[in-house]
Amino acid sequence: MKKLFSVLIAIVMVCLMSISAFSMDESAYKDTGLSGTTLNVYNWGEYISDGAEGSLNVNKRFEELTGIKVNYTNYDSNEDMYGKLKSGGASYDIIIPSDYMIQRLIREDMLLKIDFANVPNYKLIDEKYKGLFYDKKNEYTVPYAVGMVGLIYNTKMVDKAPTSWNAMWDKKYTGKILTFNNSRDAFAISQFLLGQDVNSTDEKDWYAALDKLKEQKPLIKSYVMDDVFNIMERNGAAMAPYYAGDFLTMKENNPDLAFVYPKEGTNAFVDCVCIPSTCQNKVAAELYINFLLEPEIALANAETIRYASPNTEVRKMDQYSLKDNEIIYPKDVKVYENVQYFENLPQETLSLITNLWDELKIEGTSNTNIYIGAGVAVVAIVGYAIYKAVKKKKIENA
Amino acid sequence: MKRNTSLAARLSSSPYIVWMIIFIIFPLAVVAYYAFTDASGNFTLYNISILSRYTDTFLRSIWFGAIATLICLIISYPLAYIISQITENKQRTIIMLVMLPMWMNFLLRTYSWMLILEDTGIINSWLVKAGLEPFRMINTSSAVILGMVYNYLPYMILPLYSIMSRMDKSVIEAAKDLGGNNATVIKKVVFPLSMPGVISGVTMVFVPSVSTFYISQKLGGGKFTLIGDVIEMQFQTSYNYNLGAAISLVLMVLILGCLFFMNKFADDEEGGILV
Amino acid sequence: MNKIKTSSKIYMAIIILFLYAPILVLVFYSFNEANSTSVFTGFSLKWYGELMKDTDTIQALKNTLILAVTSSILATILGTAAAVGINAMRSKPIKTTVLTATNIPMMNPDIVTGVSMMLLFVFLARLVGVTGVLGFSTLLIAHITFNLPYVILSVLPKFKQMDKHLSEAAQDLGCTPVQAFFHVILPSIMPGVFTGFIMSFTLSLDDFVISYFTSGPEFQTLPIRIFSMTKKRVTPDIYALSTILFVVILILLLLINVSQKRGENKKKVKKEI
Repeated sequence: MKKLFSVLIAIVMVCLMSISAFSMDESAYKDTGLSGTTLNVYNWGEYISDGAEGSLNVNKRFEELTGIKVNYTNYDSNEDMYGKLKSGGASYDIIIPSDYMIQRLIREDMLLKIDFANVPNYKLIDEKYKGLFYDKKNEYTVPYAVGMVGLIYNTKMVDKAPTSWNAMWDKKYTGKILTFNNSRDAFAISQFLLGQDVNSTDEKDWYAALDKLKEQKPLIKSYVMDDVFNIMERNGAAMAPYYAGDFLTMKENNPDLAFVYPKEGTNAFVDCVCIPSTCQNKVAAELYINFLLEPEIALANAETIRYASPNTEVRKMDQYSLKDNEIIYPKDVKVYENVQYFENLPQETLSLITNLWDELKIEGTSNTNIYIGAGVAVVAIVGYAIYKAVKKKKIENA
Repeated sequence: MKRNTSLAARLSSSPYIVWMIIFIIFPLAVVAYYAFTDASGNFTLYNISILSRYTDTFLRSIWFGAIATLICLIISYPLAYIISQITENKQRTIIMLVMLPMWMNFLLRTYSWMLILEDTGIINSWLVKAGLEPFRMINTSSAVILGMVYNYLPYMILPLYSIMSRMDKSVIEAAKDLGGNNATVIKKVVFPLSMPGVISGVTMVFVPSVSTFYISQKLGGGKFTLIGDVIEMQFQTSYNYNLGAAISLVLMVLILGCLFFMNKFADDEEGGILV
Repeated sequence: MNKIKTSSKIYMAIIILFLYAPILVLVFYSFNEANSTSVFTGFSLKWYGELMKDTDTIQALKNTLILAVTSSILATILGTAAAVGINAMRSKPIKTTVLTATNIPMMNPDIVTGVSMMLLFVFLARLVGVTGVLGFSTLLIAHITFNLPYVILSVLPKFKQMDKHLSEAAQDLGCTPVQAFFHVILPSIMPGVFTGFIMSFTLSLDDFVISYFTSGPEFQTLPIRIFSMTKKRVTPDIYALSTILFVVILILLLLINVSQKRGENKKKVKKEI
């Protein structure tokens, strides 16, 4: 009897402890006077816990607590998001860009400073993610997720496990290689292979990187961003570079997949929550940021998107299934040796990159056929026109 | 004509004319404005001159569009003729069946083709089960053309059917009575009479095929950049509105040029194109 | 001759099968137990359940319907009025100009129309200093604009088929011009008006390209939502959605078909009487 009683007490205590670890101070979110307003959140695709497969629907929870309606839309690259913001066509209240894009936004005065008095949960962010190069004074950003790029490969479709980015140029896998559909990430891979600095402002470097990419194009199956999930999970390709957290998601659905940080080095990034200058509802935006930092919410997000979390509370929780995951929290020091962060580049380099990316995308394979076809068509049309004109003349003369 | 009705009647089109000027004509002027200026608003011909870089892409888009249109025409012509020959009631049902896919979301139907044509997709898994080798269908130019043909086929069938069902059968009978065999009848009677339908159908297939971007992205894997893709890139990714506007302007002029040329072949003087 | 050869029948069947293949694939996999399109593990309705929980998609569906109904009604009214006016125009050059301009949105590729409208809105917004202009109103304007030519070109031919003197006769019998319009002209052109309305509704429902460029974050339409879904992993609840849409449209078309048949039978009977 006594034993049963103490077991019961132990169980109750554990429950209480976990509840206290989970429970947030809901009063901070109710009765804010913001009920009925809207919040436009612009985020990466697949980057929040959205209620799929029984997970917590973060936006819905926020709406229920605060009464603020969340309009949630997605982008799939920093450049897309930048274009949308710059055009002024749409106004967003929350965006979640990557480090180098944040630098650019700050430089172009497109972000508002966050009033951290409204974001007390900021204290939960790990110190090592504060004061980083893109926001040294911590005025504009709150870290959301941390990650690294690596090479995902299908163990059943490759002869041996790749260790270098070179595997993506291996003719053996023609038509089975995917790559990034955005300029920075795609160029970075060839830059690592060529031993360059990914933030080089030397034109020659970028032209050399472009040549490598052009060499690769005939081997590429498809330029993808989030479509990579569907393709890799269905054994549609042998390898694809992508972000570490997303690999874990794909592996859930296809256990044949494996991951490696290639030896030449890779790109690491920090995605942060920011408030753009077009924000119409700043207090609600800061409330949302604070909400995202709540341990319960941050845990749900970390479990769903599977990227490394900068939230110290989440790292401490035992329920965090990825707590000691080697892929997103690698302990091997060698992995970090050649890691590079993207930084914002001067306008001329950015224009150069845009032009080179254009050039890569429009390069086609069947050029001669098209010119022949066009020539034939023009000859045929002209011939027909002449034929008709001659016929008409004959009828008139007859 | 009674004066009163005319005045009131003529005035009733004025709201439309105002709308038309603001929302059809003026936007084109804005496009031209962006095409001929740079990011700071100064006049420049740079955007137009840079277009020579995209000649390949233009040609590729027109080529794909032309092939897709031709295939649609070849498939639809006999089909429209067959449908116009069957009983009235059945005609309506078949036409309904043809129209129904048009109402389904075009993105989903294209996406579905991805599933069918994928290397590990439906067709290839059947081939593997039957013991044959799977072959590459997706991310090829043929896949893109297939996507175009599939999506725009009903737009070719309907005008052709419309014209053929209204064709005066007695003319065909007369031609046959005068001694023509089937081939001659088709060449000299049926084909010329169906011209308005052919023009209509070709227009409705060629224009969207040339300017598509979704089909080339999904079924071509981003490897066959068409002119629609380039325009979309300028507005969504590269944030270069001026270049995007310039390309759009040239595309529009090109297409209107093709259509004008085509209409010269038809002797139709109607302003209305809908059959 | 109303009999057709079997080869023709087979040809028809193949084409129809081709048209329906992707749709049938979607329907088939909407009932798949697993989240996969390579393996059919079992029959399940779970994706239909997930669809009901997907509030964003349901909201997008509602938005699309609201937009389609509003824009087609407005376009039909504006377009019919325009057709009346154009028909009554006496100066040939003006008439041709207006008709040519009307053809522009139809002839232009969607992407050019979408881009031109977006540039217009952004340009005007910059002049006035407003941000975030793209939203429901811009979307509505864009939809009405591309619907109008179809309405006008559906109604205009009906005027030619109509007896011009009916209106005069009605006014001789004492109607005011307005009454003559509503009681005599409108019923004659009604089939054209109706066709125009249906065409506008259809175009609005399925429009993707123009909506893509002229919409904002607050008002997502279904095609735009599907576009962003197909960019990432596609969960089979989309297949469930497309199956439901397919069935609904099929039923609608069947009903229209049946009612048309009944209408025709009535006419036949009347003729015989």
